Amino acid sequence: MRGADNKRSLGARRAVLVPYLWLAIFFLAPFVIVFKISLSQTAIAQPPYLPVIDLSAGWPGLKDFARQLSLDTYGLIGTDPLYLMSYLKSLEVAAISTALLLVLGYPIAYGMARAPRAWQPILVMAVVLPFWTSFLIRVYAWINILQRDGLLNHLLLKLHVIDQPAAWLSSDKAIYIGVVYSYLPFMVLPLYATLEKMDESLLEAAADLGCPRWKAFWLVVMPLSLPGIAAGAMLCFIPIVGEFVIPDLLGGSETLMIGQTLWTEFFSNRDWPVASAIAVALLGFLLVPILFYERLQQRSLEDGR
Amino acid sequence: MQRGASSFNVISVAFGLAFLYLPVAILVIYSFNASRLVTLWGGWSLVWYRELLNDDAVLQAAWVSLRVAALSATAATVLGTLAAIGLTRAGRFGGRLLFSGMVYAPLVMPEVITGLSLLLLFVAINISRGFWTIVIAHTTLTMCFVTVIVQSRLVSFDRSLEEAAMDLGCSPSRTYLTVTLPLIAPAIAAGWMLAFSLSLDDLVIASFTTGPGATTLPIRIYSEVRLGVKPEINAVCTIMIAIVAIVTVIASLMARHGAARRERAALAAQV
Repeated sequence: MRGADNKRSLGARRAVLVPYLWLAIFFLAPFVIVFKISLSQTAIAQPPYLPVIDLSAGWPGLKDFARQLSLDTYGLIGTDPLYLMSYLKSLEVAAISTALLLVLGYPIAYGMARAPRAWQPILVMAVVLPFWTSFLIRVYAWINILQRDGLLNHLLLKLHVIDQPAAWLSSDKAIYIGVVYSYLPFMVLPLYATLEKMDESLLEAAADLGCPRWKAFWLVVMPLSLPGIAAGAMLCFIPIVGEFVIPDLLGGSETLMIGQTLWTEFFSNRDWPVASAIAVALLGFLLVPILFYERLQQRSLEDGR
Repeated sequence: MQRGASSFNVISVAFGLAFLYLPVAILVIYSFNASRLVTLWGGWSLVWYRELLNDDAVLQAAWVSLRVAALSATAATVLGTLAAIGLTRAGRFGGRLLFSGMVYAPLVMPEVITGLSLLLLFVAINISRGFWTIVIAHTTLTMCFVTVIVQSRLVSFDRSLEEAAMDLGCSPSRTYLTVTLPLIAPAIAAGWMLAFSLSLDDLVIASFTTGPGATTLPIRIYSEVRLGVKPEINAVCTIMIAIVAIVTVIASLMARHGAARRERAALAAQV
């Protein structure tokens, strides 16, 4: 038995080799390159940055290369308010949206967990299904609704809530609507997963001991669902900080989120070093939440549930 | 969890589902609108679908997207399944922490960072960008989703089945093929479909890694949407939604059928 076990784990170790190499080449190595280019300078050249490593020049060439690296790009993004505002805006949007998602998503997940057993797979399916349809389509659907002569204004005018069309599109309101709409399944599903496993006798015990329902919820359900809250919050917060599509299609042009700033630097200004420096700085911001999320994932997937 | 939902529970679930489905439903309905104006209902019509059939650029982009999605989903399923087997069955091995870090990080990594870094890699090693670089990029992203799905199935099924096979003299590789693989097959299929739809959906990473001649459907839709709402786009989106809905329903029926068969077999074994 022991021998077979060893042989099995040997086989599994060999299985890991290919995906390991793949991720090392296409996920890890690129970050090293991004970091290197963030220390370069923009140039009118192909590729559009200097210096380029020239291995044919040998050791002196490498030394020359190292001397030309600089921290100029970081100086720029650290001092120019354009970049600082972008980072702050992204953090603000991500924090407020995550809070909104939690407030909206929790009752939905709780309701799903209390639904009859037979209904639950159907409800889960119903929440997952929109996640399978295109992200771009879902954001685009809101343009139909929010534009000046769109359906929302039409409806509000008919109901006499407003007397002239309001500008919904190209505003922060539109960004929040789009983000909350797109990320809702990411918040509901982890919450549902923890709430569904909760032992109902705990609530019965609380009721038997005379605890009112709201208090039982606050003292029993809420603390026990903390892992789900943490997972949902991370799963939403981290990608929202770097979000590009939603603010680009729904938001206004006054303050850009950092994903848009990176995109503009890269595609419009063709400034690869600054775009790389923005990416490195963004990654620095997100490192702690990402590591925290990985610990959560590992715990839920590897140590059994 | 306690059964017996209160009216508050019912209302919040109903509200949540309405919020999720209403915008998409509106989009689908308006793709059949005869009028070009979004707010004006001009009666039912298939005019935008007819127009779509003559739009070569969109059709070509759709064809590119389908091929990218099929190729990258297949590669991602192979790599992701291997990674999941490694993470659950290999025990401790050197660099395990790094490996699991690399597997989970792309799940939450902002797409602009992944896209930019892959593009800079392709430039650095001098690969000309186009169809294949998008396939590689999508494989890298989606294999991690496959890993998580297959891994959660691998940790949840009864390990004693594998042990029984090996006690009866089955070699480890044969055990994988005849016992493990059939047991995790539904998860592998689900992983493939998720990878396929994620690839079909991706705009940001494809924009970074694409080259001349390889325009995917999201890139095409995005450039049209920036110019405003067009009824043809509603029609494209409706077709995509229909495909996804049909595939999902078939998949869930298949999964349910498989589960029912397994339950019957388990029941028979107990008797």
